[in-house]
Amino acid sequence: MLIELAGNNLTCVRGGREVFAGLSFGLCGGQALVVTGRNGAGKSSLLRMIAGLVSIAAGTLALTGGDADAMPGEQAHYLGHLDAVKPSLSVSENLRFWATYLGGAPAGIDDALDAVGLEPLATLPAAYLSAGQRRRLSIARLVAVKRPLWLLDEPTSALDQPSQQRLAELMRGHLAGGGMIIAAAHGPIGLDSPRELHLETARGSMLNLRGSGLL
Amino acid sequence: MSMFFALLARDMRLSIRVGGGALMGALFFLIVVSMMPFAIGPDLNLLAKIGPAILWLGALLASLLTLDRLFATDFEDGSLDLLMMGRIPLELAIAAKAIAHWLTTSLPLVIITPVLGLMLNVEMSAMGWVSLTLLAGTPALTFIGLIGAALSVTLRRGGLLLAVLILPLTIPVLIFGVSAANAAIVGPTPFGPPFTILCALSLASFVLGPVAAAAALRHGLE
Repeated sequence: MLIELAGNNLTCVRGGREVFAGLSFGLCGGQALVVTGRNGAGKSSLLRMIAGLVSIAAGTLALTGGDADAMPGEQAHYLGHLDAVKPSLSVSENLRFWATYLGGAPAGIDDALDAVGLEPLATLPAAYLSAGQRRRLSIARLVAVKRPLWLLDEPTSALDQPSQQRLAELMRGHLAGGGMIIAAAHGPIGLDSPRELHLETARGSMLNLRGSGLL
Repeated sequence: MSMFFALLARDMRLSIRVGGGALMGALFFLIVVSMMPFAIGPDLNLLAKIGPAILWLGALLASLLTLDRLFATDFEDGSLDLLMMGRIPLELAIAAKAIAHWLTTSLPLVIITPVLGLMLNVEMSAMGWVSLTLLAGTPALTFIGLIGAALSVTLRRGGLLLAVLILPLTIPVLIFGVSAANAAIVGPTPFGPPFTILCALSLASFVLGPVAAAAALRHGLE
């Protein structure tokens, strides 16, 4: 059965302010959706909402065709602005922990490190990694544990050109395997013809902000 | 279950590595208890009388000292988001973190307690009993403190708020811990009843702490 993610009339409220309302989208296995919009339009909030980290104020979100017992967030990888890398653990220890915690089996650690080009640094404490290398270690998590939905928040930030191409290859491979990708991005992320979801900044939201004394 | 143990092992490994803070609790405890005889003076009878109370207060403060970083480090580097997306319930993940914290900070404190009896003029045989009360009671301190750590996770200076929130909740643990220790050393009240209540407090907080902390985290992270 083909996996499918559908959001219907989603409303997100954060800090008493409506970030977006009435947002609907649909996505099938093998498809990618790029979320665009100005700063503060709610791109990250949408990804966090799908990941189950922000509650849904109104509307429904359903993932069909996957594991019926698991929430959408438990079947998704979330690559946020922070890399979730512990400086005092080595590169492979970091990855091994997340692979076990998120997937249950620490298999394919070396392959995943190889896929992001970090294999030579496997025993190095992660404290010595550069920002781009930390990002790649974070991406290795998506390779090591199979989850059908990837939620990527500006995935190309801090990555150099070869790493961006490698990430694009990984994304294409994931899509070819029937996976789904939702990415928030300001520029092209290296996918051929992703569908686009443009978030408009709600006009009233800025006024609300001023009115509530937050600005 | 492999996920539970993976998190437990990771947290223990983190706390014994550089900057992890394992043994900080035990060292703080050592200093606080060693300072007491200097403050109170060389009255041996008085020291023996208030020794268990000093040990318990020291243990209480030492376990609060390190608790505020329990979720804060994971929150700051984004790990907490991923911990919430795991296949095991957040409550279990929190319990794993708390057990790791207890094993690396409170257990060393319990182990060094008998030695500190020398400073407080408490007999070695009696110190065994005091250690036993700490062994039974410190899990309650960790698991109650867990709630405060979860509530204050997004605050910059969360440690102070943590102490204010949590110390009143630990009063029952302190009362029964000290009375069990006193019963063991000087009598005449029996050791059993306060000790069983202490165990009950630990078991109850073991169940309630992770649930309350998970609720606080889910709410606080939005």
